[in-house]
Amino acid sequence: MRTLMTLTVNGDRREVAAPVHRTLLEVLREDLGLPGTKHGCELGECGTCTVLVDGQPILSCLALAVECQASDILTVEGLAEGGRLDPLQQAFAELGAAQCGYCTPGILLTAKALLGADPRPDRDAIRAALAGNLCRCTGYTKILDAVELAAARMVAESAGEPRP
Amino acid sequence: MSNPSGRPLSVVGHRLPKVDAWAKVTGETRFADDLALPRMAYAKLLRAQHPHALIRRIDTARAAALSGVYAVITGRDFRPVRFGIMPVSQDEEPLCVEKVRFVGDPVAAVAAVDEETAEAAARLIEVEYAPLDSLMSIEAALREGSHRIHEYGDGHNIHKLVSLEFGDVEEGFREADLVREDVFFFEGNTHLPMEQHAAVAQWTPDGKLTLWSSTQTPHYVHRALGKVLGVPMSHVRVIATPNGGGFGGKSDPFSHEMVVARLAQLTGRPVKTTLTREEVFYTHRGRHPVLMWVRSGVRKDGEILALHFRTWLDGGAYGSYGVASTFYTGALQTVTYRIARYKFEGCRVFTNKPPCGPKRGHGTPQPRFALEVHLDKIAAELGLDPAAMRRRAVVPEHEKTVNHLTVTTCGLSDCIDRVVDASGWRDKFRKLPPGRGIGFAASAYLSGAGLPIYWNDMPHSGVMLKVDRGGGVAAFCGSIDIGQGSDSVLAYVVAEVLGVRPEDVRVVTADTDLTPVDLGSYSSRVTLMTGNAAREAAEKVRGTLFAAAAKKLEASPDDLDARDRRIFVRDDPGRALAFDEAARLAESAHGTLVAAGSYTPPRRAAKFKGSGVGPTPAYSYSACAVELEVDRETGDVRVERVWIAHDGGTAINPLLVEGQVEGSIYMGLGEALMEESAFRAHGLHKIPSLLEYKSPTTLETPEITTLLVETRDPEGPFGAKEAGQGPLLPVIPAVANAVYDAIGVRIDEVPITPEKILKALDLKTQGKPPRVGPERLPHVSFPDPIRVPPPWVDPEGRAAGAVHGKEPIRR
Repeated sequence: MRTLMTLTVNGDRREVAAPVHRTLLEVLREDLGLPGTKHGCELGECGTCTVLVDGQPILSCLALAVECQASDILTVEGLAEGGRLDPLQQAFAELGAAQCGYCTPGILLTAKALLGADPRPDRDAIRAALAGNLCRCTGYTKILDAVELAAARMVAESAGEPRP
Repeated sequence: MSNPSGRPLSVVGHRLPKVDAWAKVTGETRFADDLALPRMAYAKLLRAQHPHALIRRIDTARAAALSGVYAVITGRDFRPVRFGIMPVSQDEEPLCVEKVRFVGDPVAAVAAVDEETAEAAARLIEVEYAPLDSLMSIEAALREGSHRIHEYGDGHNIHKLVSLEFGDVEEGFREADLVREDVFFFEGNTHLPMEQHAAVAQWTPDGKLTLWSSTQTPHYVHRALGKVLGVPMSHVRVIATPNGGGFGGKSDPFSHEMVVARLAQLTGRPVKTTLTREEVFYTHRGRHPVLMWVRSGVRKDGEILALHFRTWLDGGAYGSYGVASTFYTGALQTVTYRIARYKFEGCRVFTNKPPCGPKRGHGTPQPRFALEVHLDKIAAELGLDPAAMRRRAVVPEHEKTVNHLTVTTCGLSDCIDRVVDASGWRDKFRKLPPGRGIGFAASAYLSGAGLPIYWNDMPHSGVMLKVDRGGGVAAFCGSIDIGQGSDSVLAYVVAEVLGVRPEDVRVVTADTDLTPVDLGSYSSRVTLMTGNAAREAAEKVRGTLFAAAAKKLEASPDDLDARDRRIFVRDDPGRALAFDEAARLAESAHGTLVAAGSYTPPRRAAKFKGSGVGPTPAYSYSACAVELEVDRETGDVRVERVWIAHDGGTAINPLLVEGQVEGSIYMGLGEALMEESAFRAHGLHKIPSLLEYKSPTTLETPEITTLLVETRDPEGPFGAKEAGQGPLLPVIPAVANAVYDAIGVRIDEVPITPEKILKALDLKTQGKPPRVGPERLPHVSFPDPIRVPPPWVDPEGRAAGAVHGKEPIRR
């Protein structure tokens, strides 16, 4: 039994017919053709499937798509605007913060929410924000570096200062 | 950074983004589970609930009748052919036919319209088992009269026995000022890649199979599929998708790969399966639990006159890489410090746990933990500084070790010095306030195994290059990027040699139809081996380009150089051609611009049986200090800071080398303090989830200081060695040694959990020896050793039979 739902994903209004028990993760990946969002456990334990719903990081494996109809959903595919990478994406690429890249979408979105709420987080605040996102490759060090760099660039840009 | 002739390098040695970084930060990278093909079916494997049982009957009728099910198969739908990664351990079936050997062993499989239907159908399959002994420990498996798990091996449930002696260790013990024995245990743990294994298979009507799989070893999967399915390898194409982490856990050919291939053949549809996280915990081929006994005889200054090492490996239910793992628990003890005489006895036992195999450091983190803690105890007993004691004993460069392993460059002395200085070791060791401690350890690792997994004389890595008329370069290689950056290394080396930018190089990798064989992403082999093959191919193409360019520039090809997309006269850089123009001239003069390069490691194995595990073109070296704090109330260990120096040869890209080192430290800390594979008496994994299997988060990962010691090894491309595995090794013993420095207790068993710390503190309070670790050793009769004279007696390393007289001792 499928239900017709309307979801706003990365600014696009999309209609999809899916069973009501289908998770947002499944609908994004399998019904909407957006496999950039990954899964590590499908039990809400690893943070890999994080997307933003109205700016808040949520675990898409634990959210029902049908309940997200009134919200703006942001996935990794929507991070770059008009072909211009988000400063977080740029910094992650430059600093080697993505190794295998599998946890990267979830971490980028969690960091995006952090910088939206706190444009100047210190390293401990970044650690705290990302504590629910597991990464097995990097030892987190370059990830923390990249979030710091992106934050510094965003602050400088909004102040009209040169890019760090 | 410059090459040996002093020419500055424009790519190698620079901190560049990975060539696939952009795809990874935008979510464009397609992992195996991201693939979807028209009409694709989903497969689910039914796995055994018994750890050890005979299969009496399998009834698939109800499953097959379920609406939406396309096919249900059992082991009888395959040819009666077994497979396995090692030629000597062909003991796995795609689906078990007569017997299951661990909880999780697959017995049947379903292909259905969607994943839910496949799961529902799998639940409808009825399997009747006749349970056998559940052998969940080495002792249980060795017990006389227990059921045998396999009918092959070196004894009752013994998969492999090894016994080797290099020089007369008893003589060394007699000459020693101190002889010390210790017993250690390293619990098993798992790789835990964030991506679960997944595979998609498709047959086309011309009888050809394509398998996309999250595998670190597409070449070995290619061979295994050909064997199991009975189709010519020429009709099987394996494409390894970018791995979402591997760490050794995707290095075996797996049942699920055979199953989707067979189901696709039977249904005429593409078939995909993705393992659940719980299945990954059972499928894993993780770190072997290893019990270890070590005895050494040393002089007062710490010089090791004799070392005798015994290991007992809990192999789990199948062979996997186990024979190699067993040898690796004994091979690399000798390549860090001078050891005059060495004896190794190893034993791998089959149990009814999920099979173990290679994880980052394959078979060497366990003995390295034992050896480095053992040395720490010796230093304490002799009143020596453990860092200085190690520093004095470092192996000489360009010599052979007692067990016939050839050391080329060795930057370990520099590594030790730099960690001692950076960490403030001299001001901290034995001087920090109670509860705080600093520990030290060092290690060595391979830059690729010197021999292939199956015996052959072909190259270990091959690279093909094609230069386009527009100046684009395509590089084809069988290597697979598992996050370590192998695609990038391929592009960097080619770009450096041809004088183009890495972004001008299109890499096509890990496709057995399109790319020359590379043996796979294991044993830290890819940078050195693929790098050398890439360099050879690129130098050939450059020769053709230079010949054509020289004519145009009226110069000698020997006087040309290439850089920044230009080919120019070295001493008169104004005389130049654009790279693409040179490409067109070269194609006009010489035809299509292609070249191939290949790499085979130097043949260095000695003559004795078992000498094939341990040799490598070049060893990497690491030294590490860990500073931590122990909470005496809770037993909690908080690692505050890690300093590591790593000699990985030339860093092709220092940014990526640092990333490998940092990732290794993180993984080592997890193994040291929290990660363990734990099982119930009847075979169930106790903690098969990412929540319960504890791994470090951002909150537990300390600040890390990474120091690169760049020896320039003659064996590696531009002098490069390895970085992906070696830096994990010293972290675990450094933690154990730091715990001792902090609270004066010895935890001779990893993981070093709060429970063990509290138990040791309790023993200390009671005035008992403050040590927690194994108390008993299983009884195994090791055979008489193969006696091999050290290389300073017989450079060939021939087994000497029973004859071994007085041998000169190397000082």
